[in-house]
Amino acid sequence: MSRFYIPQDTTALALGANAVASALRDAGVEPIRNGSRGLFWLEPLLEVETETGRIGFGPVSANDIPAILDALESDPTSHALYQGEVAEIPYLKSQQRLTYARAGLGDPVCLDNYQALNGFKGLKNALQMTGQQIVDQVKDSGLRGRGGAAFPAGIKWQTVLNCDSDQKYIVCNADEGDSGTFADRLVMEADPYQLIEGMIIAGLAVGANQGYIYLRSEYPVAHKLLNIAIERAVAANFLGENIQGSGKTFHLEVRLGAGAYICGEETSLLESLEGKRGMVRAKPPLPAIEGLFGKPTVVNNVLTLAAISSILEQGADTYQNFGMGRSRGTLAIQLAGNIKRGGLIELAFGVTLREVVEDYGQGTYSGRPIRAIQVGGPLGAFLPESQWDTPMDYEAFAAIKAMIGHGGIVVFDDTVDMAAQARFAMEFCVVESCGKCTPCRIGSVRGVEVIDHIVANENRDDNLILLHELCDTMEFGSLCAMGGMTPYPVRSALAHFPQDFFLQDAEGSLSQDAEGSLLQDAEGSLLQDAEGSLLQDAEGSTSLKAASQGEN
Amino acid sequence: MNAKLDISRLVNQFKDLPGALLPLLHAVQAEVGYVPDSAVPVIAKGLNLSRAEVHGVISFYHDFKTRPVGRHSVQICRAEACQSMGSRLLESYAKEALGIDYGETTADGNITLEPVYCLGNCACSPSVRVDERIYARVDQNRFDALITELSVESSTGPEASK
Repeated sequence: MSRFYIPQDTTALALGANAVASALRDAGVEPIRNGSRGLFWLEPLLEVETETGRIGFGPVSANDIPAILDALESDPTSHALYQGEVAEIPYLKSQQRLTYARAGLGDPVCLDNYQALNGFKGLKNALQMTGQQIVDQVKDSGLRGRGGAAFPAGIKWQTVLNCDSDQKYIVCNADEGDSGTFADRLVMEADPYQLIEGMIIAGLAVGANQGYIYLRSEYPVAHKLLNIAIERAVAANFLGENIQGSGKTFHLEVRLGAGAYICGEETSLLESLEGKRGMVRAKPPLPAIEGLFGKPTVVNNVLTLAAISSILEQGADTYQNFGMGRSRGTLAIQLAGNIKRGGLIELAFGVTLREVVEDYGQGTYSGRPIRAIQVGGPLGAFLPESQWDTPMDYEAFAAIKAMIGHGGIVVFDDTVDMAAQARFAMEFCVVESCGKCTPCRIGSVRGVEVIDHIVANENRDDNLILLHELCDTMEFGSLCAMGGMTPYPVRSALAHFPQDFFLQDAEGSLSQDAEGSLLQDAEGSLLQDAEGSLLQDAEGSTSLKAASQGEN
Repeated sequence: MNAKLDISRLVNQFKDLPGALLPLLHAVQAEVGYVPDSAVPVIAKGLNLSRAEVHGVISFYHDFKTRPVGRHSVQICRAEACQSMGSRLLESYAKEALGIDYGETTADGNITLEPVYCLGNCACSPSVRVDERIYARVDQNRFDALITELSVESSTGPEASK
């Protein structure tokens, strides 16, 4: 009997994978619930192991199952949803998968499956090494933090290793809040042991015996799978006391966030883990020196820690051989938004944005022309077509005042209103600011207001100057990237799509409607309380920025 | 239900956990449906915090509710990827169809509507979360179907929903 696979990943489930699984069971077939390959445009992707290889059908619905089962008896290629051998699908075959090499191959929480696919080999190597040797491997790999700030992981680890402390912690930042990103989720749902292995190795490297995964509450499927995986890893003695007879100890626990975007910022995350409001801390002290509960702490993103497993398994050189310039290894590109073929694309750094959206994405889902692309989440710039040939590399993006961040790409077609997007960037900052520093807390409220005035053609020239000054204040005066980078999408929208801010010149009658909706949308109470205090407070706080930029 | 007793039990269960407050609040909310005002002093005493500190944490996080909510939570993603696929229209449609705004509960107590900022399902937007389930490519028809399902579930018995 052939094996059938139907994913249990969030996106596959959201598109009806459970109904497909039921239909298979009704037909007498018990499917393996694998992770997703990340080819979300094909989900739910039914895979069948046959004599000629593992073939796919997608996107399938429960109604398709009888016909697919019939086709499998005769000629699978005859079915309209037949995708051929899954590993040969160009979207997947052309990728350079290190972190996602195992994604979708089998049941993500099956330990035997993980070990059969080279799982825990990196850990076994690490158990033979000293902490310093492990840290050296990470340094040699050139791995940089994948959360967004791209700080060299090895340097951070060295700092923690060098600290003399009775207690150290490994904290995984799994608060993947950026719109357009799902790379962390895919690791946790398709290959959770890889993350667990990376965290154990991190613990061995720096001498920490306790780890926490801070997971956002918006990821219920990842939460369930991580907890199952941890339980099984404990039972198999990969976690807990005396790991595999080595005498080393590492405990791991998942902690759930509570719907605050700011907790993706590492110091805010630490506050939240301590059971407090997720207020950003001033740096220094660096979390590597005074982190969780005041102890030396490695805080790394899911992808950073997952990459550790392959670096320790295959060696630093293999990893280092991918990439360009100072951006080494592979980048998990997440293609999202208005796109025909969205999904996870793991490639060495250096591919251009245009190649990603045109070759992989095949244009928009709506079929209309692409107008703007936002890279790097809600704090990332909107890029016009003239910038789509920029290679995806941390430095190349920084050079055009954009950022790769966590690698999320959100595509917009030509119906997008860029003034509305700029307004949303400020509005999002109003909702999600932790409130600690004034430029972010109040600047964002003012930003919404000023953009509304500009769009309504009220003192437009003066208000444009004011908006730029406000962006300066936020960029240089905020304590963290929340307020500091909210100006990026706003400024890029203004610079590249200015016409969207001037729609009401020709049709003056529109401006009244705009005003009506403005009053409704804006956070009335904040506006009144904050009146007048922005410029005053912000002036004094610009020096904080220097302290916050060192490491993230 | 004796809420006060329940909360003391939960406090005892969590109080020795490092950084116990968030896990405890999640547990209270899972049990009671929200974090009642009466829970605040009990939690504060148990964790050796001030009531202001506990209140501050509850009010900081979008997830924690201080008032009873509907039997079902319906969250519409407001983030950029979903916007690029028409979530702004879906939002206004949902508010109109349910006759409530964000943060409100339908008159029959069945549905609380909320915004959410990203469900990580961004390649197949727009996304909606209903309780623990996430749905992709939700247009107006699909939204209607989801809501109808919730109404049917509720009318066939409250137990069906949990």
